[in-house]
Amino acid sequence: MIMFFSSPSDVKNNGHRRFFPYCHIILIPRGVSGHESGGITTFFARRFHHVTDHSCAIIMGSGDSTLSKIPNVEELMEETGFSPAHVVRLYERFQALDKSKKGQLSRKDFESIKELATNPIRDRIIGAFFAQGQEMVDFHTFVRILAHFRPVDKNRPKKANMQEPVNSRTSKLRFAFQLYDQDNDGKISRNELLQVLRTMLEMQVTDEQLESIADRTIQEADLDGDNAISFDEFRKSLEKVNIDHKMSIRFLR
Amino acid sequence: FFFLVPNRLYKYDIVVKNLERAWDGIMDESWDLTFAVVKAWFSVVVTFIMLPAMFGVSLGITELYMKILWATLRIQKERKKQEVLNASLANGIIQRDDGSMEQEIGELRRCRPKSLAGGEFTLSDIFYFSRKGIESIVEDEVTQRFSSEELASWNLLTRTNNNFHYISLRLTVIWGLGVAIRYCILLPLRITLAAIGLSWLVIGTTLVGLLPSSRMKNWLSELVHLMCYRICARALSATIHYHNKENKPRKGGICVANHTSPIDVVILANDGCYAMVGQVHGGLMGVLQRSMVKSCPHVWFERSEMKDRHLVTTRLRNHVADKEKLPILIFPEGTCINNTSVMMFKKGSFEIGGRIYPVTIKYDPQFGDAFWNSGKYNMVSYLLRMMTSWAIVCNVWYLPAVERQEGEDAVHFANRVKSAIARQGGLEDLSWDGGLKRAKVKDTYKEQQQKKYSSMIVGEDSSD
Repeated sequence: MIMFFSSPSDVKNNGHRRFFPYCHIILIPRGVSGHESGGITTFFARRFHHVTDHSCAIIMGSGDSTLSKIPNVEELMEETGFSPAHVVRLYERFQALDKSKKGQLSRKDFESIKELATNPIRDRIIGAFFAQGQEMVDFHTFVRILAHFRPVDKNRPKKANMQEPVNSRTSKLRFAFQLYDQDNDGKISRNELLQVLRTMLEMQVTDEQLESIADRTIQEADLDGDNAISFDEFRKSLEKVNIDHKMSIRFLR
Repeated sequence: FFFLVPNRLYKYDIVVKNLERAWDGIMDESWDLTFAVVKAWFSVVVTFIMLPAMFGVSLGITELYMKILWATLRIQKERKKQEVLNASLANGIIQRDDGSMEQEIGELRRCRPKSLAGGEFTLSDIFYFSRKGIESIVEDEVTQRFSSEELASWNLLTRTNNNFHYISLRLTVIWGLGVAIRYCILLPLRITLAAIGLSWLVIGTTLVGLLPSSRMKNWLSELVHLMCYRICARALSATIHYHNKENKPRKGGICVANHTSPIDVVILANDGCYAMVGQVHGGLMGVLQRSMVKSCPHVWFERSEMKDRHLVTTRLRNHVADKEKLPILIFPEGTCINNTSVMMFKKGSFEIGGRIYPVTIKYDPQFGDAFWNSGKYNMVSYLLRMMTSWAIVCNVWYLPAVERQEGEDAVHFANRVKSAIARQGGLEDLSWDGGLKRAKVKDTYKEQQQKKYSSMIVGEDSSD
């Protein structure tokens, strides 16, 4: 990477005024955090530390050029808990899916994933990425949705006033709830349940069978008798399920 | 002062005349020089490369070249030993569970207080499908097969430099040198050889075609074909290792191989003669096809004929039945795959009958990527990329002949052959259709999943 930076001629350091040339060209090897590149970086850092103390800090680390292409990447990592390496891999996948290089994904890009086409609830999963009325998904939204499927962080300390982490048990349950509850009214009505069953089973079962299954399910889960399943009832009926294991994707490295 | 001026002008005139004369001299000499260089170039090419190639003799130049390349790349590889990023590229981004649908959903349901032996729907079933869906979004088996394989360490070609950014000055210098060598020395050499090879093919086969049918004609035609393919292989700096030559395809058989690029034909034909099968093209390809057919029978189909499966099968069957004709070469995948896996074999080739000789072709991507991404590159730019790579290194394994067993249907037979080929080459055996490169996934796959799930919910008796 060739770095151009200009320093204003009146930068103040240690109370002295220094005049520097307007442009420095520094060839800084990166990509490997071996001592070779580290040595050269510190060499330059020492020479120009009064100018480059901000710039040199971000140069270390592997894959940082891809990382630097992503806007607000620190905020994204903080929010979702993905490591830099994971974010880079997800970014590459995002770019691979974004065939027309728009920087955003449309429904069609998701639909072109061949393996996804065999999933009975494909359209609902794709729909989970698109917020109400939106037609495109940018990288941040993409990662945020995928973060629901990160394994639960067991060692995360509970801070006061902290928002529910994206991959907590409750968040995962809410994600699944929203796959059922398409109109977002907070309840899974009998109709919505019928719709899901119809999508998952299509021609394989008769209408009567579907209705009896839906009725039975609501009967079991509905506790307050309103003939619909609210989020709390949903959570209660699944309290024994090992959600962390079943709704998590193990990312390598 | 008065005297000086005309004197100066006079001298100036003479100087200009002298310069002009000198310039003409240089121009003449440089033309002679150019001709001399071109002549020397051609004689070098002919003596050192073409003639040995034609007669199957190796002068050891290619081996030396490969040794130098190996040494250079190994030096570069050692410097990158600290690079941990490599490991993940080969292994993928997520770890997938291989449990079946029944297993996974059963586990989900086990946690419920009620026992569900007969099968029933539960709200937790959706977890399985949503997780599978998200896994597909993050990484899917099929789409990655239609783009070039990622390398673990850089091989000094710009085109493979995706994740390896600027590393060191020394490497950049070597890379620059590599570019100069590849584009200025190797490329013209290879283009010359390819041109010679192809024109010799056309001329030679036309000449042989004038002879009457006889044993002599067959022998000559085989010789001509072999020579041309050998020259073409040299034109790509192809280093090919053939294994198990005793299983080489014989006359009256069908040779079946995995498909990575149009160069596969050159690779295989370097060691034996085959009858090609394909569509009639126009242009240069058409000229080649027409002349090849004159010396020995190949099977070329018109575009309209290709649609009629019955016609195709009949013609191929007739060809195979004639024991004097060369074995036909077929690529049952139907499209180019990136050499990390073998995709579904179309059953048409396996319905013809006759003995099948499976062949595995595995390229070494370290020296040059042979995969033709037909969506991204057209034929000409693909060939240019081939000719500016370091070399094409590949291994060819001839597998023992197989025949269709009693009562075995073509699809099962095709899968059997496919597994054998994949196993030999260390490739992954996928049952996805290579045609998915361009086509949509058929609904039958989704219906299969739905059927499986429904049998879990309502029991076996109600699903049909």
